Amino acid sequence: MKPTNTYSKEVIKHFTKPANQGEIKNPSAIGEIGNPVCGDVMKVYLKIAKNKSGKNYIKDIKFQTMGCAAAIATSSMITKLAKGKTIEEAKKITNAQVAESLKGLPPIKMHCSNLAADALKKAIENLEKKKK
Amino acid sequence: MEKLYLDNAATTPLAKEVVQELNKKISLFGNPSSRHVLGREAKIEIEKAREKIAKSINAKPEEIIFTSGATESNNLAIKGLAEANPTKKQIITSEIEHPSILEVCKNLGKRGYQIDKISVDSEGIINLKELKDKISKDALLVSVMHVNNEIGTIQPIEEIAKICKEKNVPFHTDAVQSFGKLKIDVQKIGINLLSASGHKLNALKGIGFLYVKRGMNIEPQLNGGGQENNLRSGTENVLGIISLAKAIELKRESEKVEKSRDKIINKLLEISGSKLNGSKEKRIYNNINISFYGIEGESLQMFLDEEGIFISTSSACASNKLAKSHVLKAIGIDKMYLNGSIRITLDTLKLLTTKQEDFIIKKIKENVEKLQKISPFKFQEDKK
Ligand SMILES: Cc1ncc(COP(=O)(O)O)c(C=O)c1O
Ligand code: FES
Repeated sequence: MKPTNTYSKEVIKHFTKPANQGEIKNPSAIGEIGNPVCGDVMKVYLKIAKNKSGKNYIKDIKFQTMGCAAAIATSSMITKLAKGKTIEEAKKITNAQVAESLKGLPPIKMHCSNLAADALKKAIENLEKKKK
Repeated sequence: MEKLYLDNAATTPLAKEVVQELNKKISLFGNPSSRHVLGREAKIEIEKAREKIAKSINAKPEEIIFTSGATESNNLAIKGLAEANPTKKQIITSEIEHPSILEVCKNLGKRGYQIDKISVDSEGIINLKELKDKISKDALLVSVMHVNNEIGTIQPIEEIAKICKEKNVPFHTDAVQSFGKLKIDVQKIGINLLSASGHKLNALKGIGFLYVKRGMNIEPQLNGGGQENNLRSGTENVLGIISLAKAIELKRESEKVEKSRDKIINKLLEISGSKLNGSKEKRIYNNINISFYGIEGESLQMFLDEEGIFISTSSACASNKLAKSHVLKAIGIDKMYLNGSIRITLDTLKLLTTKQEDFIIKKIKENVEKLQKISPFKFQEDKK
């Protein structure tokens, strides 16, 4: 049996020094998601602007998370992946991608990566709702 | 980096006196059932140990059945009693037992047994009135742990035993977290069955025992050569038994450990959004279980790992099961505190220095604040 609760170095790195952690004042949108499996919560803040070709892109992104090490690391990673991307590009980020960028997660922790991808999706949804 | 092991409810390091004793006896290899000198030598050792262990709880030597640990003892107690008394179909236990009790009950529940789990109050103390009311004519057994492994609450086992006696139902207690640490007199209290384990008190892993009061009828769960009064076949774990007998002789620093515990508890409670889980008074002297608002205990545990401070969480996110602690749920802990609990269980043989205590307190505070900063949920005084 392989140990099921060991984290990759990449996870530890993002967990101990998370990127883009905090709040954005006057955000363009917020997405908050609770993890149905464990009850942990992630909140994503987006600041949107237009890039040179006139497309909306994520100028700034920040997160707040109540969660385990995997949840905090995936939160950090997804903000890194999403920052600077256009909305269309950001929509395509999957939890598998997040987990991969972190060099894998223990199987029991895969549900934690859903938290990050879902929170980002929710934020984008809220953004698009607002516009309509 | 100095390593501070603060997870003594999970398991303990071997005491140096136990190591010395084992070193002395390490070449003892005879099978205690053999008639020759080497077998007899081993037999003498385990019988000496049995006597000592029996005496420590005011039992008779033949009432001590050595097992591989408390999981086996708990299984033997419940299943063994059930098989010997097939007409009795009700088992009464508590909501906060160890899985080695709850899972056995669950399995028997599937086979037609009525399982009644008595509730506990916010401090984790069993509701005695409910217990009294629930015991029916059909009751096989009442099984309530002495000290809880997560929150350290000490149950009023004297009163539970009294109720059982009145109702004429056998009383089993899982004493894993108390045996060797608190005084237990099985006769005075009125205990019929008691489980204990060596590795929780600085003896070897893989050794434990079940105290079976004389006259109790239980069916063995391991059949074979008939060792241990025919209740547990298999060649005895001679060195394990020796280690256990040595470990119970050691002086536990109960009062000093309790002082250290209280200092750490009081300091940690100064952290914003902190809350003690379990009882302040009816608590084993080496257990601390504290929740912090809006954070996940596993994250805190991981940060402390990096500092060389080894604790555990009771939110179980870190373990292989994702289920939240059934103990914290049973005491009705608020949702915002449920995930953010840590358990610190102190060494009962060796005291922390003041410097170590202060280091632990400081690092917990730092890292709790760090995680509270990351969290979307901010603690406000009025919520406490
Ligand atoms: C209260 C309680 N009962 C039973 C056990 C199981 O003991 P063992 O590891 O000896 O099987 C433990 C240890 O985890 C415990 O804390
Ligand atoms: S266990 Fe809750 S997010 Fe990982």
